[in-house]
Amino acid sequence: MTSQSSSKSLRSPLAEARGLGSSKYGTEHWWHQRLSALALIPLSIWFVIAVIAHLGADYAQFTAWLKGSPFSAIMMILTVAVTFHHAQSGVQVVIEDYVHAEWAKVASIIAVKFLSFALAAACIFAVLKISFGA
Amino acid sequence: MANGSSRPLSPHLQVYRFQWTMALSITHRITGVGLVLGTLLLSWWLIAAATGPDAFARAQNFIGSGLGLLLLFGWTWALFYHLANGIRHLVWDTGYALDLKNAELGAYIVAGASLALTILAWIVGLAVW
Repeated sequence: MTSQSSSKSLRSPLAEARGLGSSKYGTEHWWHQRLSALALIPLSIWFVIAVIAHLGADYAQFTAWLKGSPFSAIMMILTVAVTFHHAQSGVQVVIEDYVHAEWAKVASIIAVKFLSFALAAACIFAVLKISFGA
Repeated sequence: MANGSSRPLSPHLQVYRFQWTMALSITHRITGVGLVLGTLLLSWWLIAAATGPDAFARAQNFIGSGLGLLLLFGWTWALFYHLANGIRHLVWDTGYALDLKNAELGAYIVAGASLALTILAWIVGLAVW
């Protein structure tokens, strides 16, 4: 089954259908950055209000808040998860723009991604530990 | 600056006349990187709360210190700026307000809103502290 385009191009029909050209990527990175940005509008507003409400709280008050309210614990987990996802995707773009040595670029992107996911996991575990009764 | 080939380079920053929109553009990136550093404090705060009373008291003491308050003030503004300008970017992504007049109007709204929200948050914050 030969298509019209394959007679004019060296690209395989699958590559034609994917339409990604030589860049190997499409709009996924851009889309996920916007999607996380959109989610962070309500989450960051909630976060600011939550922080203001717990300024100067002692250990007992603070843990009681996350323990007593599943909504707060879930919102905190969502905030942490989406924040770190948005952060690593944003820092990746900054690195790609300014770091031109290939090995340094790839190494720093890997470091940022690993650190972001490790911190996100630690923060989520912390919230769950408090919420389930530390 | 040689780019290692005969391909043309885009013009350097110095050739452009200063415009507020370019200041807001780079500030969006700077506040973004600043907020990433702020996630380290957020991590410390949450992990300290999960560790125990002593660790949490240490984190709260740092946040309440002079340096902590200064950082917190900076992060408050950075967060509101990045939030407001992020919404401006999302509006652009829908194809609206891309003309010069609206780009500049948006810049003034973002600058004003980020300052106003920062001051509001701190007035409320210091009142309930």
